[in-house]
Amino acid sequence: MVRTKSVSTALAALVWVPLGFSQIQNQPDDGQWVMAAKNYASTRYSTLNQINTQNVKNLKLDWTFSTGYTRGHEAAPLVVNNTMYIVTPYPNDLYALDLTKPGAPMKWVYQPHPNPSSQGVACCDVVNRGAAYYKGKIIYNLLDVETVAVDANSGKELWRTKLGDINLGESITMAPIVAKDVVLVGNSGGEFGVRGWLAGLDADNGKVKWRAYATGPDKDVLIGANFKPFYASDRGQDLGVKTWPRGGWEIGGATAWSWISYDPELDLFYYGTSNPGPWNPEQRPGDNKWGSTLFARRPETGEAIWAYQLNPHDLHDYDGVNENILLDLTINGQPRKVLAHPDRNGRMYIMDRSNGEVLSAETFVYVNTSFSVDLKTGELKLNPTKKTGFNTIRDACPAPPGGKDWQPSSFSPRTGLIYLPHNNLCYEMQGTQANYIAGTPFVGMNVRMYAGPGGNRGAFSAWDPVNAKTVWAINETFPVWTGTVVTAGDVVFYGTMDGWFKAVDAHNGTLLWRFKLGSGTIGQPITYKGPDGKQYVAILCGVGGWSGAVVAGGLNTVDGTAALGFANAMTDLGKYTTKGGMLYVFSLP
Amino acid sequence: MRNKIVFACFLLFFSLACQREKRDIRPSPTDLAIYDEAARESALRPGGPVSPQPVVNNPYNASGYDISEGQRLYNWYNCSGCHANGGGGIGPPLIKKDWVYGGAPANLFDTIAKGRPNGMPSWGGRIPEYQIWQIIAYVRSMNGGQPTSATSSRPDSIETNPQNIVNRTTGVTK
Repeated sequence: MVRTKSVSTALAALVWVPLGFSQIQNQPDDGQWVMAAKNYASTRYSTLNQINTQNVKNLKLDWTFSTGYTRGHEAAPLVVNNTMYIVTPYPNDLYALDLTKPGAPMKWVYQPHPNPSSQGVACCDVVNRGAAYYKGKIIYNLLDVETVAVDANSGKELWRTKLGDINLGESITMAPIVAKDVVLVGNSGGEFGVRGWLAGLDADNGKVKWRAYATGPDKDVLIGANFKPFYASDRGQDLGVKTWPRGGWEIGGATAWSWISYDPELDLFYYGTSNPGPWNPEQRPGDNKWGSTLFARRPETGEAIWAYQLNPHDLHDYDGVNENILLDLTINGQPRKVLAHPDRNGRMYIMDRSNGEVLSAETFVYVNTSFSVDLKTGELKLNPTKKTGFNTIRDACPAPPGGKDWQPSSFSPRTGLIYLPHNNLCYEMQGTQANYIAGTPFVGMNVRMYAGPGGNRGAFSAWDPVNAKTVWAINETFPVWTGTVVTAGDVVFYGTMDGWFKAVDAHNGTLLWRFKLGSGTIGQPITYKGPDGKQYVAILCGVGGWSGAVVAGGLNTVDGTAALGFANAMTDLGKYTTKGGMLYVFSLP
Repeated sequence: MRNKIVFACFLLFFSLACQREKRDIRPSPTDLAIYDEAARESALRPGGPVSPQPVVNNPYNASGYDISEGQRLYNWYNCSGCHANGGGGIGPPLIKKDWVYGGAPANLFDTIAKGRPNGMPSWGGRIPEYQIWQIIAYVRSMNGGQPTSATSSRPDSIETNPQNIVNRTTGVTK
């Protein structure tokens, strides 16, 4: 009998699995958290449902862990094999905590000791966005342009690869992902005149298999015969050279400092590149390819398959680096394989991820720097009165951190909604001469930011990707700089810079629970199943990042141009929070 | 008596005005031996008091020309990229009272020339010595460390006015 039952269960599983996988958003979920974005589709959706809209109000603090550091904590903790792994901001320590014992005592700590001078080339606080687990290794990046792999059991360093040079202004802050045994890593330094790249490393030994630059000749960008951009404006030879003033591409930014998604079926990974450098656009006439661009590439070779430049000749530091959530949706009656990309320019791009066609690009915040996206040509129609350069422009929205910055959104297949943590900021600017000195900032703009319409500097909203509109929104005092997680219990978690960790109803945004953390949070919440079978929710606090540099870096907000102008919008943050890195873990009693 | 005071004020005014207009055609190097002594970062002197620490004065103090040159160079060498217009960002603010490595001119010279371990680049050999002193003159002016007669009353950046800053941070102008 027992045997028959197990066979029928197996059969049921066989029938269920193909159905389950028919949509990419229905990813397998074992209750662990093995990469920052939860899964390759970057949905940050957990099938755990013990904590739901009815009982989340009973959520209680279970245990805490101090990281000992006081700069911005942006990382997502990982949970693998009943162990939690936490990467700290610089100096990028890796802690392993034993979840099988009460209070989760430390198993080991790995301290890589990156070069302290790397702190001087981190544009927006010395953050780290987390690690990836792959075949017994914890793999993550160090601020001084290194990638390391650490044995997940012992904490022993397995390999360590130097990928760049801090004396060129390079650093790394992003969380890598691993696809087909290739570790995908990109550099930071778009404010330092670096040349942006994304590299593929062999997960076994850390050797660089390929490196795809984002500027320069096609052979460096890994553009070949299979490169088929959807729009004519992205076609042509060596555009990474021709769309720049002479030599500009060598110091043109376009780094890959943020999220990567992967579609195993199409065998394509997706990521965006940062702003071209310097910020002052008058110093770089041309489209500046491939700055502020979405790329689809093959993980084994790095070969580019398509690209779409979101913000040609970027005028406002609109990096194209934000997350790409991979979804299979029915749009205009047609089943489409799409990616959802909420861009810095304030528009939510829904694109066909097989070919790079834009299906919709509506605004999710107040936008006056552009009017629309022409879906036939892919062209972003710009507002000519907000053109920056060696001039002064006022009331341009969104500000350089965008309608939304790196803070990753989530998607629930149950509600069909994308949950967006974002900003509501406008700015005024004055162009100056940017002077290239290797290893120093290359910006050329004095900026002051302030709250957008309504006076709230941030919001948390739910977006319907099929109908391209906001369903509900919660205004927040400060930019919502945390990631989010949504669960099968229809609860969405996010945090605020004044230190509230919140749970809201995924259907309507009703606040269900909140807890005051010791410091403002800019971390990425996660949820996991503990060894006791219970569902837990975890988040790091520790205010900082670009938005929180005023507190983490002790800036003087008398100068509104501090922190590239973000200080002007955050003068009161110090009244709401102090710094300090701490992990908080919650569960139901 | 009254005439004497007026006359004294007159003299003082002219002497300040002269300093404000002072330009050093041929910058003279500082005595680095003295300067090293002056750049100590600790107030603790084990074993009790010793002879007073020598003071190195910025040769370009109080000169309007050099402060404004310092401001130009501060932007030119991208100091502003990290320290903004004094409020900081990648690097710490320069409008402040607490200096980790000392705020005296000799300490500032040390910081710029040698760098500091947590991200401050080492500019020695890149920026000529006299330009470092001009930059220091400007940085000191952000904190009201220069006479108002020598500092600009109009901001170059979109917001920052050194005189306003002084008023708003310390409540006094010097």
